[in-house]
Amino acid sequence: MSPRKDLLDIASLQDEEIEFILANATPFKDLFKRSVKKVPTLKGRTMLTLFYEPSTRTLSSFEVAASRLSADVTRFDVDSSSVVKGESVVDTIDTLEAMRLDYIVVRHKQSGIPNLIAQNTRASVINAGDGWHAHPTQALLDAFTLREVTHNELPGKRILIVGDIQHSRVARSTSLLLRRLGMHVAYLAPGTLMPRDTPSEITRFDNWTDALDWNPHTVYLLRVQMERQADSLFPSVGEYHRLFGLTDTRLQILRDRKTWLMHPGPVNRGVEITDAGMNYDRSLINQQVENGIAVRMAVLYTLRPNPA
Amino acid sequence: MDPATIADSIHRLATEILNGSTCKKDQPLVLVGIHKRGVPLAERLARSLESQSGAPVPVGTLDITQYRDDLGSLRDLPTLIGSDIPFDIDGARVVLCDEVIFTGRSIRAALAELLDFGRPACVQLAVLVDRGGREFPIQPDFTAHTIHIAENERITVQFTEVDPVDGVFIESSASH
Repeated sequence: MSPRKDLLDIASLQDEEIEFILANATPFKDLFKRSVKKVPTLKGRTMLTLFYEPSTRTLSSFEVAASRLSADVTRFDVDSSSVVKGESVVDTIDTLEAMRLDYIVVRHKQSGIPNLIAQNTRASVINAGDGWHAHPTQALLDAFTLREVTHNELPGKRILIVGDIQHSRVARSTSLLLRRLGMHVAYLAPGTLMPRDTPSEITRFDNWTDALDWNPHTVYLLRVQMERQADSLFPSVGEYHRLFGLTDTRLQILRDRKTWLMHPGPVNRGVEITDAGMNYDRSLINQQVENGIAVRMAVLYTLRPNPA
Repeated sequence: MDPATIADSIHRLATEILNGSTCKKDQPLVLVGIHKRGVPLAERLARSLESQSGAPVPVGTLDITQYRDDLGSLRDLPTLIGSDIPFDIDGARVVLCDEVIFTGRSIRAALAELLDFGRPACVQLAVLVDRGGREFPIQPDFTAHTIHIAENERITVQFTEVDPVDGVFIESSASH
């Protein structure tokens, strides 16, 4: 496999690149069982994280992944930097370019910012989430996790994605990748949070009864973004939980059917999921976190910056 | 080199390993094969060692890709196989196995990776073919064949575990 420069979205990845990343994630995960959980792959290289939006798990997942590849890891602290003083992204890129970085991991509330940065730096750029557009490493770790639990038998399996689909880059990237890998995808969301431009192959539900009749192999809950409530896109947290949350009654149906449960984190307990849901024995949430590191190591292994 | 000669060579290497320890006598012996063809060599050596000594010899594998000194300049990234050493190497006598030794760079990488698994009592190296051309101060402890070939020639060892036949082949790289 020839290395590529950037990872900006799932759509620009070739099938063989997806397979390459997923195949390499397994040996990286095996590394975690060793006492020395580190390989010299990126020794002497520097990865910078540039997060214009808050994040805890994606940021630390990238940092751990790069550390285990022996890269040096630096954080560009957007909150306390000149970005707050009004420096434009383009000016920031010039500054970063002068630092001779090898990998830049970007999260931004505006779609397309990682692409803009990628065009203006020799460093490899990884999109860690931009607006509603894409979150490709989340999609890859979700696919890797599902391949593990299905023993590589994804084609034909059904996944139900529940929540704020409209504003979710996770839903967009993950459903695109899982469909490419042969899964059937359905969305369950309130009308106000269901995208208008959903591809016709994706089944749409507006209630749990019909969605569970579809008999999904996996239920994937999205995090409810509380700020949407201010936009009046759903009436109240309690109402959301009653209508679209995984209540204990619905959880019992999943338990009876041995349905797998996923969530990209962080969760809102009592909103999209309950305490019982968090303790469900077929919850893959922790496995997603562990796999996230392995998959991001595989992504970093696949990318190579342009020569200086 | 025909399959019978290769089988005989492996038997002889195993005998040398049994008699040629430079570690203390009570060190457990383990073999570690370097992907790709060091692995079938290690497995065959382990069978031969067991038949000669009666004691089973554990076999581990190393995928040295991430320890290569040219990884950053490879035009084609290898798919990782992963390393598997499912036993403790602390205090063990480890015999690294590779089918051919050339520059010594693979062995350098293998040593670096091996030491991330633990602290062996000693490490030795067994090869089927030494073709010369060393770029590092690394020499095998057990060598079945030393073959001097021209600079524009290359030597390949094949094992039926991963190849169509057992054999050692010399080809000129011009025709390759």
